[in-house]
Amino acid sequence: MSGRAHPPELDVDRLIGDRRTRIIVCCGSGGVGKTTIAAAIGLRAAERGRHVVVLTVDPARRLAQSMGLTSLDNTPRLVAGVGAGAGGRNAGNEADSAGSLHAMMLDMKRTFDEIVEQHADPDRAAQILANPFYQSLSSSFAGTQEYMAMEKLGQLRRADEWDLIVVDTPPSRSALDFLDAPQRLARFLDGKLLRLLTAPAKIGGRAYLKVLNAGFGMVTGVLTKILGTQVLRDVQTFVSALDTMFGGFRERADYTYQLLRAPGTSFLVVAAPEDDALREASYFVERLDHERMPLAGLILNRVQKVPAAHLSAARSLAAAEVLQGAATGAQGGRGAGRTGAHLDEPEAEARLLTMAALRLHAERMEQAAAERRTAGHFTAAHPLVPVIEVPAQAEDVHDLDGLRRIGQAFENGR
Amino acid sequence: MRLHVVTGKGGTGKTTVAGALALALAADGRRVLLMEVEGRQGIAQLFDVPPLPYSERRIAVGPGTEAHQGGDVFALVADPESALLEYLEMFYNLRHAGTALAKLGVMDFATTIAPGLRDVLLTGKAAEAVRRKDGRRRHYDAVVMDAPPTGRIGRFLNVTSEVSDLARVGPIRGHADTVQKVIRSPETVVHFVTVLEEMPVQETLDGIAELHALGGIRAGGIIVNMTRPLALPLGQLQAAADGELDQAQLAFGLKAAGLDDGPGLAAALATELSEQAKTALAQDLQQQRLTATGQPCYQLPWISDRIDLAALYRLAWALREQKAA
Repeated sequence: MSGRAHPPELDVDRLIGDRRTRIIVCCGSGGVGKTTIAAAIGLRAAERGRHVVVLTVDPARRLAQSMGLTSLDNTPRLVAGVGAGAGGRNAGNEADSAGSLHAMMLDMKRTFDEIVEQHADPDRAAQILANPFYQSLSSSFAGTQEYMAMEKLGQLRRADEWDLIVVDTPPSRSALDFLDAPQRLARFLDGKLLRLLTAPAKIGGRAYLKVLNAGFGMVTGVLTKILGTQVLRDVQTFVSALDTMFGGFRERADYTYQLLRAPGTSFLVVAAPEDDALREASYFVERLDHERMPLAGLILNRVQKVPAAHLSAARSLAAAEVLQGAATGAQGGRGAGRTGAHLDEPEAEARLLTMAALRLHAERMEQAAAERRTAGHFTAAHPLVPVIEVPAQAEDVHDLDGLRRIGQAFENGR
Repeated sequence: MRLHVVTGKGGTGKTTVAGALALALAADGRRVLLMEVEGRQGIAQLFDVPPLPYSERRIAVGPGTEAHQGGDVFALVADPESALLEYLEMFYNLRHAGTALAKLGVMDFATTIAPGLRDVLLTGKAAEAVRRKDGRRRHYDAVVMDAPPTGRIGRFLNVTSEVSDLARVGPIRGHADTVQKVIRSPETVVHFVTVLEEMPVQETLDGIAELHALGGIRAGGIIVNMTRPLALPLGQLQAAADGELDQAQLAFGLKAAGLDDGPGLAAALATELSEQAKTALAQDLQQQRLTATGQPCYQLPWISDRIDLAALYRLAWALREQKAA
């Protein structure tokens, strides 16, 4: 533990201060405080003169409230009380001092509907939107949220109204899903299988059996067995209605994927100092490396910071035992040291309070040590990945000041 | 109770609690299946065994009691592809077709794209394990499922309606109906794992409300994980939280304990007490929200080190002592 090298420190302030940084993607497993971190980064960047939009997928009401918004929806809303506030992004040309912050929450169905409406004529769009298969796909397919998050990111980037976009990725069961899912959906939507499925609808009747190879009969046969004919019919109608959009889907997925690799994009992996979260973070770091996606570093969130860090757990517990011994002795009525045969009420109270403080302190020191061991596993495997720690907060974040406090952890040269 | 579905927000220790619950249920010689459905190999990591396949393996023995030896805990990692292949084989004798189907992307389509199908395959496997019989006796006394997180649990369990959006008739619908009978039977309960923080508690409340709204799916216990004893008596908490602790008292106490580390130490320790008191008061509010649901609440202690098998047994005992299992 003691011999391990310290990883380089992640300089978030430099990252958000660099005007070339246009997109920051916060990723990590669920429950590590990713959304709050994304909001804190967005706020800090805005207060340093950037025009920022934070795209979140997490419907946390409290977070919306902390930014003074009653709720978040699919349109970026200006957060009041930040930088130039209402003056915002139009005034931003001249000086650096007047940044602004917008926030929005992804509505995946709405976003999907908009793509359809954009790419198909009104009749056909209506037909697609009413299709039962489309409705299931757009509201419940496991990859749709990831795909739409990336689609929204692409839209925001193309709109070019903000000079920094901070994205909070979906709380996937595995953080990696968000890299795979858009491709998977795109592959499916313009893939071989769907082309096979559309074929009979185009040719009509039973004639297709003669035209297509024998394998096809088996595929539809099995799918009919699994899903029933009516589902297949819905899929076929959906696919033929969507036919004109296929190229579009692939292109858009490719565009966003390329966007993620472009200069100006940085990934921040967020984790809590726990085994599971750091294991996911490890996978993610390796995967980003493999995909040649630019990793800025790891944000280790909710780290136990102990104010009296110089007092070790062992000394603290030993001291608590001394007090305990004295108290027991006093109760026995005799031999309680200098204080004589009785302990004053206030003195006894002071000892009890101190005992409580010392035991709590020892516990926190032990927890901090356990966290360091866990984090050490990560840094041993990835010694070059810059790390910054964000201390655990005693209370939930309620307002902009709470977000600012988190942002203070990014202070340069701590 | 035979099927225990364990859900919880990410980071609350859902898999750990599912493992502890399986151990607790396996006391008194009962045979338990612990099932994982999200392909993370969390059970293998928890019990420190090699990655588990799609087959039932014995991974642990429940704690014994005076009356009985501990029963066996089996584990199964159910993935939708294997479940689909098994389903095809069981009902249509089509297993060999699997490779060809995989090549064409049919498996991909069926298990990841077609909404609801993936879930019905996974819950279907649990239902099969629950219903399986050796002669007249059920094969498993209990099945514990490490289920998807709270945000998705309603949709995951409400398979019939998800699938019927897609398939009004047909074989998969029939399968879904059978599964639904098990999920909605009095033998099945859904437990919520949480910690005493605002978001996980909110998700727990939302999850319970969602189950009520669906109707017929029973909420079980709320398992409050990672609880710690209070450092101070209740009466002193508020004062500590407000930063009104008497530092002179601490300074006196430290001196009496032989810790002469200068004036900074008392102040730093006062800060620590104050922080803990704030957290404890906030947690108490969250506990009240949970209690108000009327569901039974169980507490599991915070474990500072890595969760190993010994820690799991400790948690299992805690569950048994509180009659959660």
